[in-house]
Amino acid sequence: MSRRIFVPRDTSAVACGADAVADRIRSEAARRGVDVTVVRNGSRGLCWLEPLVEIETDEGRIGYGPIGVVDVEGLFDAGFPGDVRHPRALGLVENMAWLKRQLRHCFSRNGITDPLDLADYAANGGWAGFAQARSMASEAIVQTVIESGLRGRGGAAFPCGIKWKTVLDQVAEQKYIVCNADEGDSGTFSDRMLIEGDPYRLIEGMLIAGRAVGATKGYVYLRSEYPLACRVFAEALDTAREAGWLGSDIRGGGRDFDIELRIGAGAYICGEETSLLESLEGRRGQVRFKPPLPAIKGLFGKPTVINNVITLASVPDILANGAAWYRDLGVGRSRGTLPIQLGGNIRRGGLIELAFGVTLRELLDEFGGGSASGRPIRAVQVGGPLGAYLPESQFDTPLDYEAFAAIDAMLGHGGIVVFDDSVDMAEQARFAMEFCAVESCGKCTPCRIGSTRGVEVIDRMRAGTDAEADEVLLRSLCDTMLHGSLCALGGLTPLPVLSALKHFPEDFAVRR
Amino acid sequence: MKPHVARPDPSSPGSGLDAVARASVEAVIASFESRQDVLLPILHGIQDALGFVPPASLPLVASALNLSRAEVHGVVSFYHHFRSEAPGRHVLRLCRAEACQAMGARAIEAHVRRRLGIGYNETSADGRITLEPVYCLGNCACAPSAMLDEQVHGRLSLEAVDRLLDGCGEVA
Ligand SMILES: Cc1cc2nc3c(=O)[nH]c(=O)nc-3n(C[C@H](O)[C@H](O)[C@H](O)COP(=O)(O)O)c2cc1C
Ligand code: SF4
Ligand code: FES
Ligand code: FES
Repeated sequence: MSRRIFVPRDTSAVACGADAVADRIRSEAARRGVDVTVVRNGSRGLCWLEPLVEIETDEGRIGYGPIGVVDVEGLFDAGFPGDVRHPRALGLVENMAWLKRQLRHCFSRNGITDPLDLADYAANGGWAGFAQARSMASEAIVQTVIESGLRGRGGAAFPCGIKWKTVLDQVAEQKYIVCNADEGDSGTFSDRMLIEGDPYRLIEGMLIAGRAVGATKGYVYLRSEYPLACRVFAEALDTAREAGWLGSDIRGGGRDFDIELRIGAGAYICGEETSLLESLEGRRGQVRFKPPLPAIKGLFGKPTVINNVITLASVPDILANGAAWYRDLGVGRSRGTLPIQLGGNIRRGGLIELAFGVTLRELLDEFGGGSASGRPIRAVQVGGPLGAYLPESQFDTPLDYEAFAAIDAMLGHGGIVVFDDSVDMAEQARFAMEFCAVESCGKCTPCRIGSTRGVEVIDRMRAGTDAEADEVLLRSLCDTMLHGSLCALGGLTPLPVLSALKHFPEDFAVRR
Repeated sequence: MKPHVARPDPSSPGSGLDAVARASVEAVIASFESRQDVLLPILHGIQDALGFVPPASLPLVASALNLSRAEVHGVVSFYHHFRSEAPGRHVLRLCRAEACQAMGARAIEAHVRRRLGIGYNETSADGRITLEPVYCLGNCACAPSAMLDEQVHGRLSLEAVDRLLDGCGEVA
């Protein structure tokens, strides 16, 4: 029997050489006359071990990582495929503490299945949520999502079910489901990893959303910086459509739903929901005034659900297991699980799905294993480029939307970027302003002009003609941006700036 | 690769394009319905075919979608992804965002700019490499990152970046 070997086709694995490793395994096996089948799975999220090669055995899957092309021959020499002695051997992957401690719901299939194999999907719990939703009335589906406590994972944490209810309550001949896969926040990659590793889960979530609110058409707006995710998802749509999971009369249930993939064009602001709609309609991605809410007047003026990838991908399990199952996980008003992304200067970075409530310190120490450089961790930025920088004294903050808000920080899309003690926090604050200037949609002056001024003021502070006056100026500039911006790009850029200034004032001192 | 731009003739839309480029642009446009919401897909199609969106192609797009030329230009210029000039043979996008900064992206950026003698959105004198900034490639746990053409590279060191550049051919 052919032995199955798994080599991820996830962007991070490929970025570390997985394609070449897969080719080398095939050619080396052929040369030695060993019968193997190489499966290109998604990523387990153990990014520091990528490329992570796994072999199927009777006991389970045995891992080796990170494996480079140069390691392949040695692996075969040692008796590969099989449970061989090797410095990179990890044992049974599912027994690894890093995975065992997690609660993999949204990412239950990632790294385990062949992302595009529908049979694999169905055999591993796929479509169970849809099957449940199919037997329910729209109102009951929406009610389940409300009761689950699921909040939007794109950043704003708005209750998902309430949004769905608003759209359900609208009377319109056409409604839309729009999936926000723009994932512009630096330090975040869960949307990408889900789409590359388990794309049918997103399709299933959108099918359920469509049934819940009475929409027959969906769009996925995926950023152009993710070419591999674009290819995988386009293929997933074709395969699902051929199998009758998309199109008209889905699986004989008498309902229609189809999904169109649209590719972004390198504008961070197009992750903001109204800007995203403008972009889908073929215009500049300028933010719209609200109201009207997209749920009432959204895409092409029609009632529209806009949700993040992870929000939609969380829905199938909620339907399959019930609202109470999900609501019982988490803390406070943050219910369920969050796929956390640990990146930057960290030894063991990757994707960690846990119930809300875990502290930053647990993540940094127990999962992360300290910095990659071996130097002390000095700061972490949570929640993307608009998120606050937190010093060590705040590492006991639990991952919970309200706990973060209470310390003027933001959980956002769950990205944690780690910096060691070589970081220059004034430089980071300057970058936050610079990024805002580059990405501003230009609609409001505080954001468009204020951010450029912010860069100049920070430069002046450090040049030191009148640092005190410049600090006052910087604070007042932040205040203007905070209160005078239409959206969170201008409105939250002060968060990283002011947190850096507050917790690391010494870095803003004059440079000589 | 020379830009597909000939001397413009204001009398007919798209007349500043050479025949090959014009045919590609027309083929892309013909593959879509005439609705404004397909503007981005059309622009992607043009850039995928030609490497950039030639300004001379905008009147063709505008007339196909019943938009003004200014509207189409406004959209092209809003999105960082679209180029209005032909790129070099390869496009190298360096991630400038925070996770990569934490792993030495600023040093890589300085090194590449010095070696190529260019800044962002510029092409090396020998026409081999265009350098562009990108803000996160979703490879933040294997930083620092860059994308060469369509391929993402992670855990970059100065040496690894040099090898990437070497692979693009001799660079002055
Ligand atoms: C500047 C800015 C950028 C944003 N970028 C994203 C993004 O990349 N992905 C995302 O899902 N939401 C993003 N959002 C949030 C969206 O506006 C919106 O709240 C979200 O898509 C709603 O889906 P959810 O409720 O499922 O989170 C962004 C918001 C702002 C203000
Ligand atoms: S805050 Fe900035 S990005 Fe947001 S609407 Fe205003 S100008 Fe546009
Ligand atoms: S467009 Fe309103 S400030 Fe310029
Ligand atoms: S910050 Fe560079 S890949 Fe995410």
